Amino acid sequence: MQAFTRHSGIVAPLDRPNVDTDAIIPKQYLKSIKRSGFGPNAFDDWRYLDEGGPDIDDSTRRINPEFILNQQPYDRATVLLARENFGCGSSREHAVWALTDFGFRAVIAPGFADIFFNNSFKNGLLPITLDSAVVDSLFGKVQQNRGIEFTIDLESQTVTAGEDVYAFEIDEFKKYCMLNGLDDIGLTLQHADQITAYEQERKQKLPWLF
Amino acid sequence: MTARTLYDKLWDDHVVRTEDDGTALLYIDRHLVHEVTSPQAFEGLRIAGRKPWRTDSVLAVPDHNVPTTDRSAGIEDPVARLQVKTLDNNCSEFGLTEFDMSDIRQGIVHVIGPEQGATLPGMTVVCGDSHTSTHGAFGALAFGIGTSEVEHVLATQCLLQKKSKNMLVSVDGHVNEGITAKDIVLAIIGEIGTAGGTGFAIEFGGDAIRALSMEGRMTVCNMAIEAGARAGMVGVDATTIDYVNNRPYAPQGEMRDRAIENWQQLHSDSDAVFDKVVHIDAASIRPQVTWGTSPEMVVAIDAGVPDPDTVKDRVKADGMRKALAYMGLEAGMPINRIAVDKVFIGSCTNSRIEDLRAAAKVAQGRKVANNIKLAMVVPGSGLVKQQAEKEGLDKVFLEAGFEWREPGCSMCLAMNADRLEPGERCASTSNRNFEGRQGQGGRTHLVSPAMAAAAAVAGHFVDVNDLMSHN
Ligand code: SF4
Repeated sequence: MQAFTRHSGIVAPLDRPNVDTDAIIPKQYLKSIKRSGFGPNAFDDWRYLDEGGPDIDDSTRRINPEFILNQQPYDRATVLLARENFGCGSSREHAVWALTDFGFRAVIAPGFADIFFNNSFKNGLLPITLDSAVVDSLFGKVQQNRGIEFTIDLESQTVTAGEDVYAFEIDEFKKYCMLNGLDDIGLTLQHADQITAYEQERKQKLPWLF
Repeated sequence: MTARTLYDKLWDDHVVRTEDDGTALLYIDRHLVHEVTSPQAFEGLRIAGRKPWRTDSVLAVPDHNVPTTDRSAGIEDPVARLQVKTLDNNCSEFGLTEFDMSDIRQGIVHVIGPEQGATLPGMTVVCGDSHTSTHGAFGALAFGIGTSEVEHVLATQCLLQKKSKNMLVSVDGHVNEGITAKDIVLAIIGEIGTAGGTGFAIEFGGDAIRALSMEGRMTVCNMAIEAGARAGMVGVDATTIDYVNNRPYAPQGEMRDRAIENWQQLHSDSDAVFDKVVHIDAASIRPQVTWGTSPEMVVAIDAGVPDPDTVKDRVKADGMRKALAYMGLEAGMPINRIAVDKVFIGSCTNSRIEDLRAAAKVAQGRKVANNIKLAMVVPGSGLVKQQAEKEGLDKVFLEAGFEWREPGCSMCLAMNADRLEPGERCASTSNRNFEGRQGQGGRTHLVSPAMAAAAAVAGHFVDVNDLMSHN
């Protein structure tokens, strides 16, 4: 996994609540058996005017000029500013893969759906939860300063937007894995003996589960 | 010992170790696998040279991509075919049990787990699918995970988790005639909102929940995720134990007696404290219909489409306007005047035998209205289909003008050929009415099976009680 320490990038505002994973990556792309290549289809229904599919060349499709990520400089955005309940809906990790493949390194929102939130950490995409009043003012800032860059520092847990600095909360363990780009399967397997011991005891106590 | 909620008990029972910040390593008893969210996980195992930790905990089935029409010709779409084939190959390579497309036991992963007794009280159940919350109906801790976590469970039999908070949703009293589990859960989501359960594990309780069959409880828990909660659950009682009895994967004989003794502890202690409690008056619940593009955008059948101009919160009002525009509806329009084009009865929310019986009762002796382009019934599994055919339900549907299909996810997410065309409006028993969910530009209204069948015969939404009393 790509480590996340400090990142500065253009912020794209996506001003709607409840952006679901079907919107982030529509189902026709879930047929892929790969982890990469989803970027051109992030927000597909909003980004293009015609329907796409895994066997359709995206360069031949009609772009929706109204959609924020099709406008300069947001087509180069690496930080997404979003509203309440971002990433709700299905567990598809493809949604995170689509965002990272597009180039996003962080999403800032007042709230995230649980599964999306977890999936993000597994892929080096940092979900930052800030108070909804703060997010509101960040939307104002981005709209007034088109192309503004925010700086996100994970070590100090801060987002710097122009003159202002905002602190955010994060689980210690998630922060540690993210800062070091750790593969958590490897970490868990360091405790293999403990898992085996637990399993043996469980087998004695609840044999019908085995 | 301090009083504990059901969730507390399930959690405590599965913690292998805890990190300093409270992150726990949680042991997983049952891992359900399907074709869409697993290929990259198996690929990850291969690249790292890892093996599944406990192959007997895994049950795999293709469901999202399978055709619901004649299967003898295989899958036409080459991309979908490759994905299903990849699951077959991964299961045989790693030695995992799979009900493949030709197996009578094949079906939607959340239907077949309980049907086989592969979901048992007291288990942790995970699957790379958000509707894994369904299995919580058995007094199990069940939740959806992403593909990286699928790989993590395969490799370690564990998951890294932070404990959620406890919420009790108590549906007090009794529902009126014609009100189903689907109406109950839609009413709950309408009340607490799609983010209302974020960060919580929800236990559903109260007399109206206790009165539900296991099928009904599964419908309610299925949509816990639509209320923002990763897990939903119901405490174990006689209904649970009766359902589990004699299922192929369930314990038998002396082992069963031991299991039952254990299962009977799986409910919240009477003095357990929840972080949040929500009460819903069962008698006030009317048949529900969603009008927008989020499950919380729901009203009763006799209401009108809500007006964003009356909503103060700007973000919320904007969201409502976008939804109305997408759905092609206007504020104030009576719900029971909205005409539909297609009807879909199926999905992991409502494709069990009881759901099909409820829909068939409405369809019996009636005809699908002329303006309906397609009304389809997709059973949740091969065994549900077989049972329905034994009861003659297929004939009832076919005579009324419904199509009777092979089991799978089908038009719930339209990954296969079953989908809406742009602008088409659907009465659907599934769980998500997101933009494009059932096909790009398609418009989904979520309802119960009885209400979907009623919409099919009336050609528009109608209170199923009114329709039935006209006989
Ligand atoms: S029926 Fe629908 S919601 Fe259920 S598992 Fe299949 S696609 Fe997901």
